[in-house]
Amino acid sequence: MHRWVEKRVYIIMILPALVVYTGFMVYPLFTSLLYGLYEWEGLQRGAFAGLANFRTILWERPFNVRFFNAIQHNIYFFALTFAIQSTAGLGLAVLFSQGGRLMTLYRTVSFIPYTLSLVVVGFLWSLMLNPTWGIVNKALAAAGLGAWARPWLGDPRTALTAIILINAWRWIGFPVLVFLAAIQSIPSELHEAARVDGARGWQLFRHITLPLVMPAVLTVTILTFIYDFMAFELIFVMQGSSGGPAYSTDVLGTLFYRTAFGESVAGGDIGNIGLGSAIAFLMFLIVGTVSLMAYRWMTRRETEY
Amino acid sequence: MIQPRKRQAPCVAQQVLDVGRETSLVNPRVPRADRRVPCIDRQMPRINRQGSCVKGQASRAARQAPAVPPNGPTTQMPQAPVAALLCLALSLTLVAVFASVTDVTLAQTPGETVELTFWSWRTEDVEQYNRIIQVFEERNPGIKVRFIPYLNTEYNTILSTALQGGGGPDIIHLRSYGGAEVLANAGYLMPLDGVVEALEEFPQEVLLGATSRKDGRVYGVPFAYQTVQVLYNQRIFAENGLAIPQTWGEFLELAGTLKERGIIPFANGAKDAWMLEILWGAVGPQFYGGTEFFNEVTTGKTDFLDPRFVESLRRLNELVPYFPPGYMGVGYTDMQMLFAQEVAAMFIGGSFELGIMASLNPDLEIGAFPVPPLEAGDPAYVAAWVDGSYGINASTKHPEAALKFIEFTATQEFGQMFTDELKQISAVPGTVPTDPTLAQLVAALHEASTPYLMLVAFRYDQPTGSTLLQNGIQEMLAGLKTPEEVAQDIQEGLSLWFEPFQSRG
Repeated sequence: MHRWVEKRVYIIMILPALVVYTGFMVYPLFTSLLYGLYEWEGLQRGAFAGLANFRTILWERPFNVRFFNAIQHNIYFFALTFAIQSTAGLGLAVLFSQGGRLMTLYRTVSFIPYTLSLVVVGFLWSLMLNPTWGIVNKALAAAGLGAWARPWLGDPRTALTAIILINAWRWIGFPVLVFLAAIQSIPSELHEAARVDGARGWQLFRHITLPLVMPAVLTVTILTFIYDFMAFELIFVMQGSSGGPAYSTDVLGTLFYRTAFGESVAGGDIGNIGLGSAIAFLMFLIVGTVSLMAYRWMTRRETEY
Repeated sequence: MIQPRKRQAPCVAQQVLDVGRETSLVNPRVPRADRRVPCIDRQMPRINRQGSCVKGQASRAARQAPAVPPNGPTTQMPQAPVAALLCLALSLTLVAVFASVTDVTLAQTPGETVELTFWSWRTEDVEQYNRIIQVFEERNPGIKVRFIPYLNTEYNTILSTALQGGGGPDIIHLRSYGGAEVLANAGYLMPLDGVVEALEEFPQEVLLGATSRKDGRVYGVPFAYQTVQVLYNQRIFAENGLAIPQTWGEFLELAGTLKERGIIPFANGAKDAWMLEILWGAVGPQFYGGTEFFNEVTTGKTDFLDPRFVESLRRLNELVPYFPPGYMGVGYTDMQMLFAQEVAAMFIGGSFELGIMASLNPDLEIGAFPVPPLEAGDPAYVAAWVDGSYGINASTKHPEAALKFIEFTATQEFGQMFTDELKQISAVPGTVPTDPTLAQLVAALHEASTPYLMLVAFRYDQPTGSTLLQNGIQEMLAGLKTPEEVAQDIQEGLSLWFEPFQSRG
């Protein structure tokens, strides 16, 4: 009996966290699924609608056009961010791992944007990219590249890429930090042994550093995936909830916000909680499934020293 | 002990209840300053009125203080003041709790001052509203009105959360059309037609802004019109010897002249989609034929594939060469700055800009004219809509007092104060603004007005006509879609819920 209690005392330990987690995560999640199953007339919950809201989002124009348009942008958001952080980010981490005063300084500098609030970052960059008085176009003109000046955030062809690059600029300090920690935790004997065997530069990186940093890269990739599929703040700050211009920066986050709560200033959509909840649940489904699969795949092929 | 305090209770209780209601139901995203406003003001009278009682508690607490058990953790140092404070806080809490229990029965003692709360999204207009309210309070002794504005973008959420929880203000600043209808259909508003007699004087199209289509009843007293037209810089026009254009051709010619002289003709840009609806709202009616098309399209006699509508979209392209450089990236605040700082000569925008411009650049002399029609002598339509209305919370505890205030908002006196204080066009019939620019707007409005199409008729369900139009024009100006494709998208989107289109097949 005593042992039984002892073995289960952990339940009491995790109880506070469990209560908070259930109250603030699990319960809202299920109510949001439930909300998605009802008709909504403004603020009032109407009749049970089964999967009608989901059908509207997935098959009915123009809702499905908006939904898949947003998903594509999330995928592009993730792909570009991933490409940047696993090349530039990893490169910087390797560089910083060389040590030295200059590298320490650079390491700190590269991490500073990450400590800034996304809202501040968004606001600063919208000022810099402003076509009328922004510094970016003025600098281009001063450098004799005036022809390259364009309304970066107003042109549907450049807006999303511009925002992803701004996001990467702000975010890069985090992957660099994680990669750097991973590189520094590799036992130095491994590199020394490889050097004795004649491995140099790229070979050292390709066959020793990279495989051992891989778990960190995968972890950061999963985190990036979750973060990028939840992307909202930066776009909301810079382009508003309509994901403009012409839906070119619309992601699942902004689509959800707009659909569920409406746009009171722009006088565009009025809120529809049912459709919004359906989008939120589909977002959860995508992020949940993919992260879970990636996590299982990752744990199966973990490299050991 | 509790018994005598009950007599004093109502005022305190009302405050405690209200504070509780306002703080707990308010959306957590509201800036803290906003949340605090109601509490701080309220605490003041409470302490004053309860002064004697509080003092008694405090001194007794102080006297009791030495009696703290000698081996308690607080005996090392002289803790009497702390203990006194603790007791004071405790007794205050008790007062509050008991008082709130007795509140409901005593709330409406005759001869008592009734305090009405009035929620709004006009954070910019606090002073002006307070001056207007002061006049009302002088006329109606015994009724106090407190104007509590919330952040514009958060207001809808805050209000609906409060109403859903059975709370909310007595007087509600309502959005117009669909915005008011949602609350009315949910039963949160008191119907006013047949109750407020002055409403019968209001034109039908004005009342539409506060009418529920479900039961046809009016739920608010409309307060303002907004109109869309060309605002122009009178100094730049005079310096360049330019006159107000009478035809669309002259309009484009004038823009060309300004551009040649290095002045940006229009401040308008395309980054914020909702400003494109404003732009189209000013230009469109001259090409789709104003109210005639409005009546046909809202009854399903025609639809948005109508060539007149497509033409109204296509004409916007003719203005694009006169927009600021990089116009696709020019947002709403950029437009305002361009016009206010006299960099751009014209701004196709709403009448609501006048007040903002006056604060951005008090020296700016603004004139206004409707977008000129294709042929001289054709009607130059000014699109107008009702900005919102004042309604009464159906579950208010002071219906008579609230009704008195609402009736006041429908009087000429209020209308005149409103237009003079707030520099907006009052919806009360017969009000003439003293501001010359506003008077110009009203004159043009009386000449030929037409409903601001999408807001008035197509904002009742998703996807709204406004969303489709705003983003469609943005796509068109970015060169991604033709006017025909935009019209097709609008028609397709609205057919999902607009019944007259569904029966057209």
